[in-house]
Amino acid sequence: MNKLNNEMKLEFLSKSSNEAFARITVAAFAAQLDPTIEELADIKTAVSEAVTNAIIHGYEEKKGVVKIRGQIIGEELIIEIADNGKGIEDIEMAKQPLYTTKPNLERSGMGFTIMESFMDEVEIESILGIGTKVTMKKKIKSHTEEDEENLQFTPSC
Amino acid sequence: MESKYYNEDKLLIIKLTEEIDECTVQKIRRKADYEIERNMPRKVIFDFDSVTFMDSAGIGLIIGRYRIANMLGATVEIANINDSIKKVLELSGILKIIKIIETEAKAG
Repeated sequence: MNKLNNEMKLEFLSKSSNEAFARITVAAFAAQLDPTIEELADIKTAVSEAVTNAIIHGYEEKKGVVKIRGQIIGEELIIEIADNGKGIEDIEMAKQPLYTTKPNLERSGMGFTIMESFMDEVEIESILGIGTKVTMKKKIKSHTEEDEENLQFTPSC
Repeated sequence: MESKYYNEDKLLIIKLTEEIDECTVQKIRRKADYEIERNMPRKVIFDFDSVTFMDSAGIGLIIGRYRIANMLGATVEIANINDSIKKVLELSGILKIIKIIETEAKAG
């Protein structure tokens, strides 16, 4: 039953001007699950936080590539956001609300807290010097049973 | 970002007009600080009526302006936030110190 219904991949340079591009693209992909406006806003915000982290902390504003993979499996949206940046030294510490390694420029340290509150599951994998991958999952519950039948893979709309 | 200063009320209304993220926040911060320091208001209202998106960059933006305004003897309020922006702000805890108001769009 839980088979892959759709998949997309996105790669872009680590420029903060791509944050809007990334969250809007992921939201457009997620729209197939017929989310509510609130669910869509949650997804956009979580993606924005993860992409900001990749650009600001992963690559430290140097040039790199941010990769996003989106999947729809059953009624679940799975978004992976990966960078080949410096990696996170202490993941548990990074997840603490208000913790930031860059308190200059008014960084709030709320990125992971927002991801964890707005998505159902957040998994962080990181290797120092190799990179970081954040995997976020969210079930979109707003379907009727009839819609779920239509979620089976079809080549077009 | 647009702003308007009402001298008789010593009120500065800063109307945010763009999506707020890491990319846009630096310019907003610079312009807002300039307006606050130039006008020395007693009250600063950030009007979010036209803001469709805000992530945690907005938390830093508001806390930072709150600190500066506070130092200069002004209060800060935020107006017309939508539900998703409210959700982000609630997580940060700053709604304990900054008041949310609903207001007519006084800034033009």
